Order: sequence, then structure tokens, then C-alpha cells
Amino acid sequence: MTTDNRKEILKRGAIWAFILVELAFFSIIGDRLSVSDKAFMDYANMLLLLKQSAPIGIIALGMTIIMINGNIDLSVGATFALAAIVLLDSMTWPFMQALGDWAIPLAWVFALLTGATLGAINGLIVWKTGVDAFIVTLGSMLGFRGLVFMFNGEQPTSHLNWTLVDFAEGHFLGLHTPTWFLLCAALVLWLLMTRTVHGRNAYAIGNNREAAVNAGIRVGPHMLLNFILIGFLAALSAVVFYSESGSVNPNDGMLFELWAITAVVLGGTKLAGGYGSIISTLGGVIAIQLLRKGLGHIGADTQTVNLVIGLILIAVLILDRQLNRKGQGELKI
Amino acid sequence: MTDPTPVLRLEGIVKSFPGVRALDGVSFDVRPGEVHALMGENGAGKSTLMKVLGGIHAPNEGKIFIAEEPVVMTSPMQAKAKGVVFIHQELSLADELTVAENIFLGELPLKSFGRVDWAKLYARTDAILKKLNVRFTAKTRVGDLSIANQQMVEIGRALTVSPRAVIFDEPTASLTDAEKVVLFDVIADLQSQGVGIVYISHRMEEVFKITDRISVLRDGQYRGTLITADTDEDEVTKLMIGRSLDLSRNESHHEMGDVALEVRGLSCGTLFQDVDFAVRKGEVLGFYGLVGAGRTEIAETIFGLRNPTAGQIYLNGREVRIHSPIDAVRMGISLVPEDRKGQGLVLSMNCRDNMTLPQVDDMTAGPFVSDGAEIAIFDQYRDKLDIRTPGWRQLVGNLSGGNQQKIVIGKWLSMRPDVLIVDEPTRGIDVGSKSEIHSLIRDLAAQGFAVIVISSEMPEVLHVSDRIVAMYSGKVMREFTSEEVTEDNLIQAISGITEKVA
Ligand SMILES: Nc1ncnc2c1ncn2[C@@H]1O[C@H](COP(=O)(O)OP(=O)(O)OP(=O)(O)O)[C@@H](O)[C@H]1O
Ligand SMILES: [Mg+2]
Repeated sequence: MTTDNRKEILKRGAIWAFILVELAFFSIIGDRLSVSDKAFMDYANMLLLLKQSAPIGIIALGMTIIMINGNIDLSVGATFALAAIVLLDSMTWPFMQALGDWAIPLAWVFALLTGATLGAINGLIVWKTGVDAFIVTLGSMLGFRGLVFMFNGEQPTSHLNWTLVDFAEGHFLGLHTPTWFLLCAALVLWLLMTRTVHGRNAYAIGNNREAAVNAGIRVGPHMLLNFILIGFLAALSAVVFYSESGSVNPNDGMLFELWAITAVVLGGTKLAGGYGSIISTLGGVIAIQLLRKGLGHIGADTQTVNLVIGLILIAVLILDRQLNRKGQGELKI
Repeated sequence: MTDPTPVLRLEGIVKSFPGVRALDGVSFDVRPGEVHALMGENGAGKSTLMKVLGGIHAPNEGKIFIAEEPVVMTSPMQAKAKGVVFIHQELSLADELTVAENIFLGELPLKSFGRVDWAKLYARTDAILKKLNVRFTAKTRVGDLSIANQQMVEIGRALTVSPRAVIFDEPTASLTDAEKVVLFDVIADLQSQGVGIVYISHRMEEVFKITDRISVLRDGQYRGTLITADTDEDEVTKLMIGRSLDLSRNESHHEMGDVALEVRGLSCGTLFQDVDFAVRKGEVLGFYGLVGAGRTEIAETIFGLRNPTAGQIYLNGREVRIHSPIDAVRMGISLVPEDRKGQGLVLSMNCRDNMTLPQVDDMTAGPFVSDGAEIAIFDQYRDKLDIRTPGWRQLVGNLSGGNQQKIVIGKWLSMRPDVLIVDEPTRGIDVGSKSEIHSLIRDLAAQGFAVIVISSEMPEVLHVSDRIVAMYSGKVMREFTSEEVTEDNLIQAISGITEKVA
């Protein structure tokens, strides 16, 4: 049993060890090759990194609970864009403008409700039809994106509200506002997944759905709740990001679902469901952002960054398999 | 049996699946404090009947009464709420979760805000584990447990609530004698609390030991109920399969050839050490021991699933290295695994494809798989093993537990290996087919195959083996020939009591 515990710690710790390796690599090798003369491990740089992780990070947290539950959600990028449009456009409505700055919280509520509703649509379809979540959300990804384009064609939707920008760019106890959103969402979801019956049942459903049904767990409502949550989180991510930027392109949020899934998998969550952790996903998100920033720091272009991230993802999965084997006597597959 | 009101009563239950009438007007009742055995061949409809009762399948016709109140069971949850607990034939566990979470799956104790009350959960689980007398803790991950221990976790579920009725669907299929004793204690305990118990098993000794009445199903029809004290094995068998069986020891002996497989000093970490044995062509070698004695692991090592840490394997006198099952199959070794669901079957594939899976490469007509050859093989072994299925197109996942087992056996037999290793070949198999499989094993040996049979059932090893290797905690304790073996010296050997050999 102690070896099992040790293995568990090793598995959970792996992503953090990887982050340390990245940090060491980029601050030693990186600073030598760097195109700028600023150090990589600069405090402000690290804070910025956390802030930049927030949009994908918040979505990845939602993706974690969806994947633990044994589903997947490909529509998060489109939900993100649609919620952003609602956020920015709603502030231009006449009655909202009449409210002055009070329009801001209301616009947030609209955006978050949009996200939750889109999530609920996915969840209800998956629940009631029994169609695989991959297919359902593939469809809704296209559908939601279609709505985005219907709204304003190829034109961006913009609205800049300076109070909002000040808030989004603000600091609190040293951290940027988006970072706080990320950390709070992580805390809440971590509590949800580890402490509540909903969370534990979600693990059971993802792990062995038939056993969960046999034990009298109502699978549908749990899945619905998780889809609502990820829709909400995709919208939250939009709120965090667009409060600052103030302009949304119809193509925004594309491929976010893949980045989110990458972060979740890097964090060790099983694609098949039943195993994973919110905290490790946070690690996965930071690891990817570090890699992007670090490679940028030494002057690599985006394509190279993507290539490296892809290779590392595969390497991590291979490593994970090796770790899961207990040694020579272990059953081979 | 003083209280005449049955805790559970089923009346005229009919259940059809596409192509099968699994239950045909079955009536059945369980009284409080009674252990009621449900017996019948593989595919007779026992599990289906219990699934109807447990709210998993909706019956086409018929009524269910709980304490004489008519109920409609729509879901497992509802069955549970009515006090009916169902211990499934196939393990129904989430293996990434802890023992405690699995025992209380679907009914985790709650605190405010939907939080899990961990303290209460662990305290209650510890109490249950203590009763079950097991050596793992509430926080162990279920996936790290052996199958027998997983079965104990499953049994622990009967103790979470105070149920009105508990259904045990072949609970002992993967238990050894030590754990069986605990199970029977648990059952006796429940019985004394007035709980009605349905006990499904293919093992006559158990049924006669612990049950009060025996109801028999045959091809989905109710054949009658017998009072256990007033009947005997023969009567039950006749009711089940329509004929008597010869369950004597193996007396027949035939010519043996050269040594087919020999193992010298084989070790694998802490699993087993320094194992020596040899099997001749035409011989059946039995491996007997408690679960955890290392028998399955030896088989897996020979089959190339594990790497040995020391020792040699000789096939027909030549030393061989087996790195993978592919090597093993190529050298003529087949293994019928113990965990059929995990290792032996693709549940979502049909019967024929499962059976011909390992040899599909060889059965081609041009670039395509030859359908005819596959179906011929399937038909041959369906008849030989009496596999009950509406046709080869049926998905294996829809077969009854025992018929799934027969598909696995058929699969490896159809490979016609030189050395056949069967691990718990008759787990969950009815008495009729069991003796079929036993004679099949004897036949195979008579045809010159070397057969290794691993079993936790003493009558089985005694019945089929020419020689028996007794194992205890990773070591070979003693080898017996079928003349010198007795139940007593065998039990001594597998419990680690070394007896002075005369
Ligand atoms: N979901 C299903 N779909 C189609 N057929 C099914 C399904 N479940 C069971 N059957 C069929 O119903 C019949 C009865 O099966 P059941 O599992 O009740 O047998 P059993 O008596 O429990 O046998 P065993 O001793 O082998 O466990 C079998 O012929 C089986 O193939
Ligand atoms: Mg059954």
C-alpha cells in the first residue's frame, strides 16, 4: 500500500516537477539564448504569465470535470465567443447605457447565463438522447459558431468601457484580476470535486458508468450539471478576457477546446474518465503557458511552439504509461 | 419460516429480449429470515429474474410484491429505497475510487451543501470491513485489490443499509474457502435479522449448506421449489438439467508421452519463487491453492504476460524465452484467463468473432476473412460446449455469465494448442456444463495435449487431474499423484502446513 501511495504522489507531483524543469531550463539556457535582455524568471513576467493562463485555464478547469465525468466538450471555444458577444453587445443596448456603470454587472450576468444555457443545451441532449458527448458537442461547436457569425458577419463586435478595463487590468494583493478569477474558480471546483457528493459521483460515473447506474446514481442530472458548469466557466473566461480587450472577432476562441484538453491531459486526467484532479490541471495550464512564453523568450515562432507542445504531450503520455507499470513482474499489455 | 408473509414475491414474470424469451411466467417468493437458492443452467434466466427484481430490467408481464404490496420497480435506486440490495454477478465497481466510496456508492453520507461526510463514511466502512474480516482498509483503491477482495467489497454493500432482502448473484464464484466462511457468517447474520436472502450459485455443497429452500429455473421457466432438508443433489440436478450426473473422481488413465512443458526455478519478484514442475503430453496437471498463492501469476508468466526474474522454461525439452502472448501462441501455448471480462472477451463483439479472434489472421479467403470457416468453428464449439445463444450474431455482452465463460474456453480450444492452461475453467458454470468441460479436458489430454488446470475448487482438481501441485504463498508445497492425494493432505499443503512425507 505504501508503494501505491508513493506512486500516487509521483503521479500527482509529475506535472509540478515538469514545471520546475521548465523554469530551470528557461532561466539557465533560455537567458543565454534570449532575444531580450530581461531575465525569464522575472517576478512581473511570472505574474503576467499567470494572468495570460487565465482564459484557457478557466475553461480547462471545466474540461477537467467534464472529462472526469467521462464526457468531453468541444463547443467551449464557440461558447466563449458567443458569451463575449453578449457581454460586449449588451452594454450598447439603450436601457443598459441608461444604467451607467451598473450595466457592467448586468452584462456579466447576461454573458454567464448565456454560457450556462449553452452548456445546459449540450447536457440535456447528451442526457436525453444518450448520444456520445463528442458527437453532440461537435455539432454544437459548429452550431454555436454559426450563431457567432450570424450576429455580425465577419465584423468584430466592440465596446470599450473604461471602468471595466480598469477593473480587468487591476491588481489585488499583487495578483492580476484574471489570476484571481482563475484561482477562485480552481478552489471552488476543487472543493466541488473532492468534497461533495456530486463530485464523487461524477468520478464514479466516469470510471464505471454501469456500476454507477446499478448503485442507483442518477447519471443524467450529474452530467447535465457538469455541462452547465463548463458552459458557465467558458463564459466566465470570456468575461475575464473581454472586459479588458473590448473587442471580439467572430473567430475568437477557436481551438480553445483543444488547448484546454491538452492542459487537462498534461495534468494527468484520464481521457476515458474516472481519474483526474483540478489542481493538476492548473499545473497543466501553467506548464503550457510557461512553454509558450519560454520558447517565445528564446525567439521561437508559434509553429515551433506548437510542435514542441505536441511532442511533449506525447512524451508525457508515454511516461505516464511507464509510471503506471509496476516493474518487471507487472502484467504486460 | 414462522412468519408467513413473504418479504418478496414475484408473480408470473415474463421478460423477452430480442430472440430470447429469458423468463416465461416465473413466480417465486422469499420469506423473512430465509435463504432461498435459485438454481438453473447457464442462461436459465436467474440473473435476469433478479435484474427484474432489482429494477434494472422492466418485465414484459408479471407483478412484484414487497411485503405483499405491489410495486413497480423502475430503477435500481427505487429497488434500494424499497430495501432490496443486489450484489451483482459481474463486479460492479468503480476501480479508481476507494473501498469506502464503492461500498457506499450512490448513498454517500451527506453533510450540509451536498458535502460528503468523510468521517462518517470511513467509520461506517471500517465497521463493515471488520465484519468482513478483510485485510485492506477503507481508503484502499479498489483497482489495487485482487478479484476476491473486490468481491468482498461488493458483498460489503449488503451491510450498508438494513435491507429487507439481499440478492447474491454467484457471490462465491471468485472467492476462496477462507472468504466463503466470512460470507456465510454475513448471510447468517442477515438471516437472524429477518432479512430474506436470494442466493444464486452453481455449487451444490454451498447450496445444501446454507439454504432453506431451492427454486429451479430451466430455460426461463419455473420448475419448482424444493425444501433443502428434504432433497438431495441428484434431485436438484435432475430438475435443472433433466438427467443425473456422475461426479466421481478421475480414475481413467491413459498413455502419457514426453514432457511437453517444464519449468525450473521460475521466480517472479514476490509473486512466486523457485517453482519447478513438468507436464507430460496427455497429462492433466492441477494447480490447487488459495487465491494469492501465485498460481495465476505462474500461468501469466508462462504465457509471456509477465517477465520472470529467474528460472527457465522448457518446451519439448528446448529452453525457450517467451516475451509476449504472441510468442506463446506461436509456440503452442494457450491460456484461458481467470478474469474473462477483462482479459478474455470483447463484450461488444459478437460470439463468433470473439471465438475466432486469436486465429482470424489464418482464416482468410483472398484479402477477406472467410466467414464460412469462422462460422464452422463457432458451430463446432457451440455444440461441444453447449453454448446457449440465439445465434453467432448475439453480442457476447448479452450472454449469461456462464455462457460467456464457455466462449472464452471455446476460443482457446479452437486453437488446438500443445499446452493448454486453464485458469478457473468452470467458475460460474452450471453443473451440467461443468462435467462437460471436465470431460472435455480429459478428452484433450487423452488426445495428447498437455493441460494445466488452475482451480480453487477441490472437487474439480480432484476430478480432472492426474497430478496435483499444491501451492502456498508463492511456493510449491508438494506434488501429489491422483492415487496418493486425499482431501486432508491437500488442505494441509495449501495452508502451508508442511507434513512429513513418508
Ligand atoms: N441484455 C440482454 N440482451 C439480450 N439477451 C439477454 C440479455 N441479458 C440476458 N440475455 C439472455 O437471457 C438468457 C438468460 O440469461 P441470464 O443471465 O439470466 O442467465 P443465468 O441463469 O444468470 O445464467 P448464468 O448461470 O450463466 O449466470 C440468456 O439466454 C441470455 O443470453
Ligand atoms: Mg447469471
